[in-house]
Amino acid sequence: MASTDADVIDALVGITPGSALDALRARRPEARAHAQATYRALFTPQAPGDVTAHERFAVGTFVAGLHGATAIAAAYAKRLAESGAAAALRDAVDAAIKEATTHGPYGRYPAGPLSGEDTAGPVYRVGAATREALGARLAAAFEHTHMLVFHPRDAAPPSLQALLDAGWSTTDIVTLSQIVAFLSFQIRVVIGLRTLAGRP
Amino acid sequence: MSDTVLKPPPHTAPTAFTRAQLDWLPWLEPLAPEALTPRHIASLVDAARVKSPYFRLLARDPDALEARTRTDKDIFYNPDAGLPRAERELAAAATSRFNGCLYCASVHARHAATYSKREDDVDRLLESGVETDLGERWNAIVAASVALTATPSAFGPEHVDRLRRAGLDDLAISDVIHAAAFFNWANRLMLSLGEPAATPPS
Repeated sequence: MASTDADVIDALVGITPGSALDALRARRPEARAHAQATYRALFTPQAPGDVTAHERFAVGTFVAGLHGATAIAAAYAKRLAESGAAAALRDAVDAAIKEATTHGPYGRYPAGPLSGEDTAGPVYRVGAATREALGARLAAAFEHTHMLVFHPRDAAPPSLQALLDAGWSTTDIVTLSQIVAFLSFQIRVVIGLRTLAGRP
Repeated sequence: MSDTVLKPPPHTAPTAFTRAQLDWLPWLEPLAPEALTPRHIASLVDAARVKSPYFRLLARDPDALEARTRTDKDIFYNPDAGLPRAERELAAAATSRFNGCLYCASVHARHAATYSKREDDVDRLLESGVETDLGERWNAIVAASVALTATPSAFGPEHVDRLRRAGLDDLAISDVIHAAAFFNWANRLMLSLGEPAATPPS
């Protein structure tokens, strides 16, 4: 992530021009260009609206951290620092990752034939000290993000109400949801391609 | 703050995975069709999507929506070699089955069945889950999709090796990775911004 224009997936996988993976990605040129365009839209938007750069990169770092994707989380943490976030916020993001890490996907289904597949797991509530450092708005976002990352089938209207109550507008929630969902894609593409590259 | 969570109208919630057509009811207010600017309409990519509350909700962040959609289309529709369309759809359906997205699974199970003509196998994936025996090639694609969908990822060199033994070249393996990864994006939006509803019998 040297600059906003460098392809983030290429950088995170370590794809160099002329390599086998470079040629492979070139066979799906629209997917490659628009995965990068999504990154730009969500992390360096032309019209940022009411979602700040700190919030975008804090959530990005949190999502990558929850995936146990250490190098990707470090790259987002670097961008969070470059966006001018105070050390207290950066430390709080790291603390939240430690508090919230688990294994997914789990969750419940509507009562019926799938109930036998219900799998229990934690619902994350940001710890008191971390909440104070994150602030109410980002703390609500992190609780929602944890659900989206680990147990998305538990999603229900009350989690959206919690975001509205914490000051996220409907449009802000769409952007937040896209950030978490897009990173769930980007991280898996990076892990998948890195694994493929390691098996020539 | 005037924004509110929507209460969907009375409907029948599906309780099992199905290939049947489902509706999707938003929990947040989509943009009204008459409120769409040319930028919003362009972000839908397909003009017909103006009818979809899901896409009109995502159009609130038009740059993200347009880039999402163009990524999606190339991963699933690009006809240049790689994984056959039926098996890109299988990876999408398996990912949705594992994450628990009944709506996404319904759409992509229909596509997988249409393109593969293997309706019974697709139905067994929906009914019995991702451990169902579908024959080694499909088993390898489902297992790779599921491993990549776990958080943290469980995808490893053994999945690459198994896909190669099943006859996939590196472009096809990259297509499995992208199809499964993309549905980790799509499932999270569909599951968290609204809910599926059974289509009333016509």
